[in-house]
Amino acid sequence: MSKRPSRFRANLAEIRRYPSAIVGCVMIMMLVGVAIYALAVLSYDDAVRLWRGGAVWAENPRNARPVWYNLVPGVERPTTIVLDSTDPEAEVERTQVGEQRYEISIRLPFEYEYDGFPREVNLFVRSEFDDARPFLVSTWHTPDGRRIPLGRQQVRQTEILRLSQDRDIAGRLGGVSPRFGFFTPDDTPEAAEQGEYELEITATVFDHDAKVDARLVVYGQVHGIAGTDHRRRDIGVALLYGTPIALSFGLLAVVGAYITTFVISAVGTWFGRWVDTLIQRIAEVNMAIPLLVVLIMVGTLYSRSIWVMLAVTIALNVFSPGIKIFRAMFLQVKTAPYIEAAQTYGAGNTRIIFRYMIPKILPVLIPQFVLGIPTFVFLEATLALLGLGDPVLPTWGKVLQDAHQNGALYNGYYYWVLLPAGLLIVTGLGFALVGFALDRIFNPRLRNV
Amino acid sequence: MSDSLGSKSETPYSRHSEPNEGDADGGDGSGLNADGTTSTGKSSAKRISKYFTVRLLQAAVTVTLAVYASILIANAGGAVDELRIGQIREQQSVYLSQSPEFRDLRSERRRDLIDEHVQMEIRRLGLDEPFIFRSFRYLRNALTLDLGRAEYLTSESGSRQVRYIILERLPPTLYLFASGNLILFFLSVFGALFLSRRYGSKLDRAVVALAPTSTAPNWFYGIFLVLIFSAVLGWLPFGGMVASPPPANPFLYFLSLVRHLVLPVTAVVLNLLFVSIYTYRTFFLLYSSEDYVEMAKAKGLRSGVVERRYILRPTLPTIITNFSLSMITVWLGSILLEGVFNWPGLGSLIMQAISQTDTPVIIGSVAIYSYLLVFTFLILDVVYAIVDPRVGVGSGGAES
Repeated sequence: MSKRPSRFRANLAEIRRYPSAIVGCVMIMMLVGVAIYALAVLSYDDAVRLWRGGAVWAENPRNARPVWYNLVPGVERPTTIVLDSTDPEAEVERTQVGEQRYEISIRLPFEYEYDGFPREVNLFVRSEFDDARPFLVSTWHTPDGRRIPLGRQQVRQTEILRLSQDRDIAGRLGGVSPRFGFFTPDDTPEAAEQGEYELEITATVFDHDAKVDARLVVYGQVHGIAGTDHRRRDIGVALLYGTPIALSFGLLAVVGAYITTFVISAVGTWFGRWVDTLIQRIAEVNMAIPLLVVLIMVGTLYSRSIWVMLAVTIALNVFSPGIKIFRAMFLQVKTAPYIEAAQTYGAGNTRIIFRYMIPKILPVLIPQFVLGIPTFVFLEATLALLGLGDPVLPTWGKVLQDAHQNGALYNGYYYWVLLPAGLLIVTGLGFALVGFALDRIFNPRLRNV
Repeated sequence: MSDSLGSKSETPYSRHSEPNEGDADGGDGSGLNADGTTSTGKSSAKRISKYFTVRLLQAAVTVTLAVYASILIANAGGAVDELRIGQIREQQSVYLSQSPEFRDLRSERRRDLIDEHVQMEIRRLGLDEPFIFRSFRYLRNALTLDLGRAEYLTSESGSRQVRYIILERLPPTLYLFASGNLILFFLSVFGALFLSRRYGSKLDRAVVALAPTSTAPNWFYGIFLVLIFSAVLGWLPFGGMVASPPPANPFLYFLSLVRHLVLPVTAVVLNLLFVSIYTYRTFFLLYSSEDYVEMAKAKGLRSGVVERRYILRPTLPTIITNFSLSMITVWLGSILLEGVFNWPGLGSLIMQAISQTDTPVIIGSVAIYSYLLVFTFLILDVVYAIVDPRVGVGSGGAES
């Protein structure tokens, strides 16, 4: 017995002999690193707020690919261009044109260097005034000298002018969507014209203190490190914050489920007779309870919170089939001479179970433990994909579900599926590689095969 | 009683002591069967049928308890009660609005009348009794899939009865499950035998290295298969069970079915193939180092015979136990697999039911999946009994 701890450590040290385990360890470290970073930069409330979406993401394009798509040679997709009249580059002039009439002229020039067309063009107008609403006249200038009138609008305090979806402008462009028409004179748009564009806005205001600020957003086709989804949300947020959630879900589920299973199995084996029989029967009945379907039931009837799901998962895994695996091992330990020795010196049941039986089999639990984590991480993803993901938290599974629901594969938004799936693979493989190596180290019977 | 359980619980780790006592049995049993199948055929049939009967009874008890446990979970917050009362209310209001004698009633009078009728129904059906009594009635209803009418979903034939909706979805699920798992089982057993012969080769190492890929569930492979073979290459359909409209010619229909089966079945197989081969290979290697195998080799038996009779035969029970435990994950993973492939089975039904919050259907599917799990175990138990001659002994507790 006294030799056991050192052997245990020696076994652990042996993991260095397995290159696959080292790769696995590196993967796990990376995930843990990402998780810590995520928790450092985003609070729980921030993550929830950002993932709820809405105005926070108004300046993000929809379904934009990640920026690294542009690393492929020959591909140069437009990024998002944002111009604000409060920027130093913007030219803003204010002139008085009559009694209680002032003209604010805003020129927002920008360089466009892409062949591709932007996703959308929106103009956000903010204004401050007393009674009469400001009046806007704007024009779009192209490098080849075309001037496209964008019409006249009376604006409220905040107004979003969706220029690329404006039917009147499209009409003026000969039926071509402004998304293309703004950037090429051709009727059949192929490539955007490169050069200096400008949006000219002339706002008429009717009191001395009135202000008008404009913000032009030319939405790109690429955005951020992970792209955006159909609701303009940055997928990176979900991938980042999904990491600590996935890891903690997996870890808590494994700790809750496996350790209880292990102890129950030891207790059952030690006391034997009806205790053992009862535990065996419960385990058999438990095997016939379809965990995922019960989770679905709980999700639809009561709560979709990830923590409720976690609790139910643990509860239904206490008597998991693993009990039988452990039982077979405990049965052998039970008859070992050192247990008999312990009994003769008068050790109580609790002492024997916790000090003699459990430590003996514990090494076998460790690989199971490590292998169990990804199983539960994938369970969370499964639930999310079934539409039972946590209602507020961003998780990898929820990104996959959004992608699936919006036909990401069918529409060619591969990044939307591949990124969360890639993270799931890294998690799965990382723990599995380590787990399999530990299994071979701690199970002497497997050592030579 | 517990003997059959003991042998059922064999796992990679649990056979430390078993081979010693099992050696003689396994060796004898296989020898006996190879030599005198006809003479023992009758008694083994009797043994298996007795074993089967006991197992069937056990399975019935297990399903009942499992469904009862699910009902307790489902009604933990009173959801089932609410559901029943809702159904009664709907029934009564439809009845009252359709019967001509009540047509001229004012609306509030009618509402009172409905309330009165609902209360009457609640008393008539015993819904005001304590839950412990009602739970048994729910249990009977769930076990017979008599769950009343679905809230939104209908069967192909237009029925709203939960029982018909669920039973109609059963065959496609069984096609997929059976074809996938039969292929998986035979492929991994023969793959494992093949590799145990080439222990340490490059192929062997590759399979060992690929074993960790099994941590991902089968739907996960499904997504990638769709991505590669449907979205990028365009070789196989995105989903569904047959082409739409279905071909009239039975042969073409079959071809179309097979074409649609390829990807989901591949997902099921690919998911567990490497880890199964790895595990079974380990079993084979453990058994092939036994003395009686050396003995058989020394006798000069052909390697094929040694493999079949002395290695495969005694290992099969262990393999079947292992396979049977992996079935739990396969069954539950295929819920989403069907969703990914739009396969018109139980899994897709559950997903539809979730998106429309059709509670009776969801509760019904808990019951049907309990049945499916237990029947899978039952079938594998019978296969186990056929391949393991020792089993009959402890099954009923009659002899031990």
